[in-house]
Amino acid sequence: MPKDLRIWLGGGFILLLLLAAVFAPLLSPYDPLEQDLLIATMGPGLEPGRHLGTDSLGRDVLSRLIYACRIALTVAFVSATLACVLGTVLGLLAGYFGGWWDTVISRLIDIWMAFPPVLLSILLVAVLGSGIHSVIAAIVVIDWTRFARVVRAEAKQQARLEYVEAATALGMGRGAILLREILPNVIPVIVVLLSLEMGIAVIVEAILSFVGLSVSTDAPTWGGMIAEGRQIIHQAWWVLVFPLATLFLTVLAFNQLGDGLRQWLDPMLKR
Amino acid sequence: MTPAQLFSRGLSALVTLIGVMVIVFILVRVVPGDPVAMMIAPGASEADVLALRAFYGLDLPIWKQFFVWFGQVLQGNFGTSISLKQNVMTVILGRLPATLELAAFALVMAVVWGTFVALLSTSLRHTLFEKLIDNLNGIMLAVPDFIWGLTFVLVLGVLLPILPISGRSDPSIDAGLSTQFYILEGLLRGKILFVWDVLKHMLLPGLTMAFPFAAVIGRVLKNTMMEVMVQDYIVLARIKGLSSLRILLQEALRNAAVPALALTGVQFTFLIGGTVITERIFSYPGVGNLAIDAVINRDLPLIQGLVLTFGVIFIAVNMLVDAMTAWLNPRLRHA
Repeated sequence: MPKDLRIWLGGGFILLLLLAAVFAPLLSPYDPLEQDLLIATMGPGLEPGRHLGTDSLGRDVLSRLIYACRIALTVAFVSATLACVLGTVLGLLAGYFGGWWDTVISRLIDIWMAFPPVLLSILLVAVLGSGIHSVIAAIVVIDWTRFARVVRAEAKQQARLEYVEAATALGMGRGAILLREILPNVIPVIVVLLSLEMGIAVIVEAILSFVGLSVSTDAPTWGGMIAEGRQIIHQAWWVLVFPLATLFLTVLAFNQLGDGLRQWLDPMLKR
Repeated sequence: MTPAQLFSRGLSALVTLIGVMVIVFILVRVVPGDPVAMMIAPGASEADVLALRAFYGLDLPIWKQFFVWFGQVLQGNFGTSISLKQNVMTVILGRLPATLELAAFALVMAVVWGTFVALLSTSLRHTLFEKLIDNLNGIMLAVPDFIWGLTFVLVLGVLLPILPISGRSDPSIDAGLSTQFYILEGLLRGKILFVWDVLKHMLLPGLTMAFPFAAVIGRVLKNTMMEVMVQDYIVLARIKGLSSLRILLQEALRNAAVPALALTGVQFTFLIGGTVITERIFSYPGVGNLAIDAVINRDLPLIQGLVLTFGVIFIAVNMLVDAMTAWLNPRLRHA
């Protein structure tokens, strides 16, 4: 069991969000899309039952906050996992097989990293159109290099160790060594990166929905709520503050979880 | 740098730029939807469609289309913006000065703050304050600019309304400038009050971009300085009786500056990328904000122009940093 508090706090908060996303219909006191202009921009607690207040259309901020977990976590898990799979496969191939594989994949990574992510995401969203699929695609296309670079270096290092030599001597094929020997030893690194990547994906999704390029405007997202809050900031601070604080805590949780895992898993790598 | 090195740098920059252009061209052509089909009136004959295709050069093979487009772009002709109905180049050049001034302002703040933090942390090394400063620096680094920007809006724009949170200048002040370089021209014309107002508007967006950047500079500079501080020549300087402040500034900082500068170049391109979201948060009228509008409106000519503009800036910054690193580091000068 890890003793690191960061893992428990970070992981606990993410679990909480996950539960909120799954049980959103049970947990949220109101329909997140239901408008009631009579109680528009009511501060927290001013209207009975509206604990976090209402926005400019009289929608319940707390309910929207809870429902928004769904899109945030979907994007985080799906895009980070896909980027992870793509990057890990390419990284393993380049790191273990070396030679021609390594030349091509390394060059690809270099070219990719030379291209500023902002440009790439603008182009991608412009071409693919807005929507949750484009957001996920943009994150995968841009961030696979984070995994590929690290996994390649790690696999290269592992490939030189004695246990790989032993496996070769035992007559294992290269594909089997890659999957059964090297991959398990690279997994700790991948897990750490995956956690950090999810934090990045949450921010990217929030930014894209903030500028109106993510899901359609009426579906609740933290970024969309922040954008509305920014516009009516002088009348209703709570519309901005609550999603912003949630976003901050979520990113912090993924980062802390990643950093905690890194420290926890590192001695195991060395042992 | 030797002329040969300069030439090879220039060549590789050119290759990168052409690569960016090819990617832009391909992506824009990949966009679903036939432009001619959207233009023609319903019921147009097959001949009309063919004529229209020939008129726009869409009947040419794709590689010929690329060269025609390439030639146009080299002449600075990006066509007409669909949403703004103006020449793309004119629109971009009108917005670019605002972004350049903001990025330069953020860069200066980040370098000053990062250097200050590194010096303070190094001079307080092995004390509790070093840990404190490093931890604060770590928080600055971990929180993304998007969250910093909105926090500044909340705290310094609304809670304590001491700074403006949108726009570039107070519209009631008419400075009568002829260019978009408000700071530069305002200073040259001696309009101090106007410049002060523009600076106030730039402070929060500038800080938003400077914060994570300053933290990176601070961390790298400090790590390098800590390595330098145990070198023999520092001990020698101490024996010679130089004051610790002088050692810090003259010996440690100067030697730590080169690796920090190389990193600053890489990070500066991120900072320019950061203008996109920061300008949006602060409704700042620069190219970043323009880029988002262009994507929302799917204004392809404008997007093409903007991506190439950003590409040229990134390449120019990288070349400038390479040249400066080589100039500062004698070992690289003739290597």
